[in-house]
Amino acid sequence: MLALHNYLIVSAILFAIGTIGVLTRRNAIVMFMCVEMMLNAVNLTFIAFSRYLGNIDGQVFVFFVMTVAAAEAAVGLALMIAFYKNRESIDVEDINIMKL
Amino acid sequence: MESIFFLVVAAVAVLSSILVVTCKNPINSALSLVMTFFCLATFYVMLDAPFMAAIQVIVYAGAIMVLIIFVIMLLNVKAETGKRGTHAVLAGSVLGLFVLFLTCWFLIKGSLTGVPGTITKAQIVAEGHTELIGKAMFTEFLLPFEITSILLLAAIVGAVILAKKKI
Repeated sequence: MLALHNYLIVSAILFAIGTIGVLTRRNAIVMFMCVEMMLNAVNLTFIAFSRYLGNIDGQVFVFFVMTVAAAEAAVGLALMIAFYKNRESIDVEDINIMKL
Repeated sequence: MESIFFLVVAAVAVLSSILVVTCKNPINSALSLVMTFFCLATFYVMLDAPFMAAIQVIVYAGAIMVLIIFVIMLLNVKAETGKRGTHAVLAGSVLGLFVLFLTCWFLIKGSLTGVPGTITKAQIVAEGHTELIGKAMFTEFLLPFEITSILLLAAIVGAVILAKKKI
């Protein structure tokens, strides 16, 4: 079996790329996808540690992360649709006042 | 053999995640993200977690990505024309690379320790991965599991209210 470090480094790279995406893109949907990618990087860490320590609890936590991601997808995309209806744009630089 | 396979899958995962960030068209980003999810599912199989791999493909690559692509098509999002200011791009990249550097620094310099559990590969093969997870989830993690259902209910109500014609 491969060393634990391999999986952790891949996970760190994915998380960093996700961070860069959230900070540099302007399209709200792409930012959202980058957040999903960061959540997945964390899931990989959870499962790698769970396997190497011989403890199933980490994988149960991945379930909860996935549930939160699904709830986030539903609410986040509904928010984007509501914003698009008012502004005809989902560019984050157009989200500059608190009034929808 | 396993390490070569790992390297190939890791390279595909990193490349497709870079494409998610760099593609101008959101649909291309979404398809690259699906590729990343499939690579992660492959990692889960390599880590003896076949049930998590199945859930990854069904929930992420299936449900969530279909929802995202559906919204992209519904809103008819065009490819980005203007870019963010170079200052923002530079600061974001520096911060992201700093996060990566810091994580790798801790991984190389620190020592990974933890309390070892009792689950072995032989046990996973004999009992079945799904059964092990089910046992843990419906005994030890029953309360968080029930709270999750409330979270999902709140998300459903929130999504319906937000997507109504007039808020």
